[in-house]
Amino acid sequence: MGAGHAHPLHLDHDSPLHRLPPEVKIAATLLFTIIVVITPREHFRAFLAYAVLVAAVAAIARVRPGWLARRATIELPFVLLALWLPFAGQGERITWLGLSLSVDGLYGAWNIAAKGTLGVLASLLLAATTSMRDLIIGLDRLRVPSVFTQIATFMLRYLDILADDARRMRIARLSRGYDQRFLWQVKAFAVGVGALFLRAFERGERVYLAMRSRGYTGRLPRTGASPSATASQWAMSAMFPLVAAGVAVLV
Amino acid sequence: MNPVAMHIANGIVDARVSAAFAVVSLVALGFCVMRGRLDLDDRLAPMAGLVAAFIFAVQMLNFQVLPGVSGHLLGGALAAVLVGPWVGALCVATVLIVQCLLFADGGLTALGLNIFNMALLGTAVGYLVAVAILRLLPKVSVAVFVASVVSVVVASQGFVLEYALGGTTDLDLGTVAGAMAGVHILIGIGEGLIAATTVATVAKVRPDLVYALRRTTRAAQPQEVPA
Repeated sequence: MGAGHAHPLHLDHDSPLHRLPPEVKIAATLLFTIIVVITPREHFRAFLAYAVLVAAVAAIARVRPGWLARRATIELPFVLLALWLPFAGQGERITWLGLSLSVDGLYGAWNIAAKGTLGVLASLLLAATTSMRDLIIGLDRLRVPSVFTQIATFMLRYLDILADDARRMRIARLSRGYDQRFLWQVKAFAVGVGALFLRAFERGERVYLAMRSRGYTGRLPRTGASPSATASQWAMSAMFPLVAAGVAVLV
Repeated sequence: MNPVAMHIANGIVDARVSAAFAVVSLVALGFCVMRGRLDLDDRLAPMAGLVAAFIFAVQMLNFQVLPGVSGHLLGGALAAVLVGPWVGALCVATVLIVQCLLFADGGLTALGLNIFNMALLGTAVGYLVAVAILRLLPKVSVAVFVASVVSVVVASQGFVLEYALGGTTDLDLGTVAGAMAGVHILIGIGEGLIAATTVATVAKVRPDLVYALRRTTRAAQPQEVPA
């Protein structure tokens, strides 16, 4: 696989977190997120501790806070929902700066903003330190059925084929006088979408048959990937959810 | 690229209901894996990957419906018609898992909820509607268009059901249901147009690739020619 299989959130540098096998990172992220979500929303100090923990992991992974903050804007629609809740919520209301706000709505807004942000930050750290190929190998080692990893492998290969073919077809349309502002030309675009699908399929089918004839049985060969996780690596990454669990119980 | 998350995030629906839906989704996907293995032959395996990639790409297109409210295409009906309901559900589920892990779109603990709405509900409804219409009227584009609209709206109401069961804040459910349905009818029309043109083109050139048409058309068979 060439450089084309990097994904936009992957940060290509070296750090202890980049070197960890993918399966332990997936497991640690999942457990941490579960702990965050089941923490009662009134435990403000626990959420502060989680934030400190995420910051520490980000420092180990050498991910800059600015990068995290910019990418975390992905959850903006939910922050907007959160802002709307104090006004729309029902039940007991308080007045603050002349605004009538629902207490339940305020707690709800805090709940979504805090848990959503922590979850997004944890996922971003996973994505920043794991390449697509490693992620699929990690899922495979976590005993995810091979149907999934097979579909995911092809999906990631096809994404590049689709993007490349779409670019070529767009240039072909433009050089034949197509202009996307001309609505009556929309048929050219619509037919193009179907043709794109077929072209990508026929190329992909050839690739698949070539892989089959070279011994592919639904799993990627293990060459070149990081070796499976050792017990100490499991223990090291277990610290992330364990510390969070400890905080949740103690604070 | 400016991706905006529209899948359910962590903390919107409480942990109890999220866990229940995760179990339901896991069991249903397990069933799909069993049935899908039977379907997944040399033709369907690359097709499933392409459908997943296609859905991945179209889910990046966000429709700005109102300020702050947007939605994206779901692709459940398209997947079900092209690769069948079992593999189709697996395709959409794969897209959701990869988006969650690599693009931080959709909460990890809300994965069960998202898979239930988009991979299971959307695909199942899309397939049933498409097959029902194809029985009455052999017109693929019409069937796919209607199936897309219905499946998107039903999938959006899946969120309303989940919110009613375990929403972390009391909201008027009628408002939520109305807002979700209104937004998603528009999305469904956009999705229906894209899905219908795509399937119509594929059905014209390679009808053997369209799962929903398998009963009515046969792939070209090699014919005996007397020497």
